[in-house]
Amino acid sequence: MRSKRREPIPGNRESKVGGRFSDLSSPASRPSAFVQALPFLLPNLLGFLFFTFLPVLACFGLSLTDYRLAPIASLRDLREQMRFVGLGNFVRLLGFTHEGGRLMANDPEFWRYLGNTLFLMLGIPISIAGSLLLALLLNQRLRGITIFRTIYFLPTVSSAVAVCIVWKWILHQQPNEVGLLNSALMSVGVANPPDWLGSMLWAKPAFIIMVLWLGVGGYNCVLYLAGLQGIPQELYEAADLDGAGAWARLRHITWPLLSPTTFFVVTMSVIAGLQGSFLFTAAFLMTGGGPAGATTTLMLYIYNYALAWHQLGYAAAIAAVLFALVFSFTLINWRYGQRLVHYQ
Amino acid sequence: MTLENRKSKVESRSRACGSSSVLNAIAYVALTAVGLTMLVPFAWMISTSLKAPAYAVEFPPRWIPSEPATVEVAGQTCRVALVGEASSPRPLRVGILRYSPEGVHVRVLSPSSRAGEQLVVPEGQLQEVRVTRLHWENYAAAWRAQGVRVRDAFFGLVRQADGFLVFYTNSILVTICITLGTVFTSSLAAFAFSRLRFPGRDAIFLGYLTTLMVPAIVIMLPVYALLSNLRLTNTYAALIFPPMFSAYGTFLLRQFFMTIPRELEDAAIIDGASPFGVYRHIILPLSKPALATLTTFVFLHSWNDFLWPLMVVDRLALKTLPIGLAHFQDSYTTEYHLLMAASVIVMIPVLIVFLIGQRYFVRGIALSGMKG
Repeated sequence: MRSKRREPIPGNRESKVGGRFSDLSSPASRPSAFVQALPFLLPNLLGFLFFTFLPVLACFGLSLTDYRLAPIASLRDLREQMRFVGLGNFVRLLGFTHEGGRLMANDPEFWRYLGNTLFLMLGIPISIAGSLLLALLLNQRLRGITIFRTIYFLPTVSSAVAVCIVWKWILHQQPNEVGLLNSALMSVGVANPPDWLGSMLWAKPAFIIMVLWLGVGGYNCVLYLAGLQGIPQELYEAADLDGAGAWARLRHITWPLLSPTTFFVVTMSVIAGLQGSFLFTAAFLMTGGGPAGATTTLMLYIYNYALAWHQLGYAAAIAAVLFALVFSFTLINWRYGQRLVHYQ
Repeated sequence: MTLENRKSKVESRSRACGSSSVLNAIAYVALTAVGLTMLVPFAWMISTSLKAPAYAVEFPPRWIPSEPATVEVAGQTCRVALVGEASSPRPLRVGILRYSPEGVHVRVLSPSSRAGEQLVVPEGQLQEVRVTRLHWENYAAAWRAQGVRVRDAFFGLVRQADGFLVFYTNSILVTICITLGTVFTSSLAAFAFSRLRFPGRDAIFLGYLTTLMVPAIVIMLPVYALLSNLRLTNTYAALIFPPMFSAYGTFLLRQFFMTIPRELEDAAIIDGASPFGVYRHIILPLSKPALATLTTFVFLHSWNDFLWPLMVVDRLALKTLPIGLAHFQDSYTTEYHLLMAASVIVMIPVLIVFLIGQRYFVRGIALSGMKG
């Protein structure tokens, strides 16, 4: 990962022969090395500290308060709005209460929306398999492949808002107005096609269809294609000589050698799926999280608490839980998933 | 394996090329099928955006925008239809005058020898004539729609402006600032992380790395709270500065700078070049592909960004295209021809940038995958 750094030539420090700036960093000159680096580092580091690093810490801080965002006149107001509640938010969010012999979640909506988030992630394995298949097809040395690759990538670079608006129109279903998808379904003989976005049953599948359309030819496909192009051709030639068929080559050469890519793709897709930024946009614009919360994901729940109900403390607690989910998934994945990866 | 054996195998493989052309054909069919599926929503978007308002919603749907043909008959606008008659081999073109219980009153139109004659025909015999007409004016209508008229736009310099003009300008301003700012500051920092040695360097870089995994909302909430308390929401600064400093750019460029051989700088250093000189004259020129990758990435990401502008801006005059389009959708929920025209308006620049920067974009994805 890191290129090899040469050791400074002993006794040659004063003259700059063969040297780099780094060679000047003998212990005595350390402060000056820092001063030298500062103008390069500072513009980015300051911004990073204030807009990325400290906010992460601040979010954990906020999650321990009952902060309600309201206009303030002085810092005293802020102190009144923000009381330390310890783990109170997390008890309210994750805890259960024993009530009349039944175990009740303190925040049943949270569990429901967590369920929604996980349900909507069911599209991920299909999407990844589709990406692999497309990449295998794209990897054939055919003419005009770049055009296909560009087309497959279009949904990924398109404005999510525009994509959601057109999909809302495609999935439309009203007594006198039938969207494109349902017209197609009716023309092949489906008498009563579902009201995709208006039904508890079909709203989530509709979102999964959209995510598949969006993701199949996107990042994952490009990653797989790069992975395929990194497999040495000699391996296939050797397999050919041994009389291996197409399936055997796929099973014993392509798939194992793609496993680092698969590992990366799965990791990134799951992390992206938990955050669900496209699904947030889709729910926000197409269903408002409905019907009856059927398409509300954790992201939308956080957004509602923060922006609609101004309860930033609680929103920060949900965000912290989301982070914990992402973090523990990554950790487990690195610990156990790595074993399945075959490195060349 | 003997040499002859090997040879025969290779020959048999080249002979098998006949079957591979069949495979190629199958591959093409599959690729085309998927490609068409990908394009359907875009094609539908463009098709709807060019339809007449009254015919944007039709069942069954029509791909080519068309509408009933009309003609002026005695100062009255009538629909045109064809009437098939047993007596004449060619159907008559007629203008529909009115409907009545005994049938449809029509007047025969000019090319026919019976032009001007009035007939009453049963409705079942009439066949509607449609003409293809592309309503490009939908784009102008969306651009100037009342629902997105903006007051006090451009720092309050303009009293009234077209919505999409304002959203476009805001998006261009915000995206260019974010892109330039990100590429400039993170290339400087990446230079420090990859080429300079200073105390705490690796610890600081580790700090950058750890934030790569943090969900964006975790970072957004406190920044939003801070900006809101400082009354800095609804400013260009709130749109531009917070997204500028993600760890991603620094990480990507540092990884690339690491691959540049150090020998190249030595000559410059011997000639007394300062660190900035090396950054400016050696590293930057050699990193054009990586800089192009980052530029494309950041440009597309900030052009399409929805959540952050949604959080910090609710004044129409400051909205960028995605949230402006969302606002537009709220005002024109069912006017699909306008909604689709507006969507196309929003999509065009991003498609152009993608087509230009595609190579770098694809390489950037591959690069990030390899390093990860």
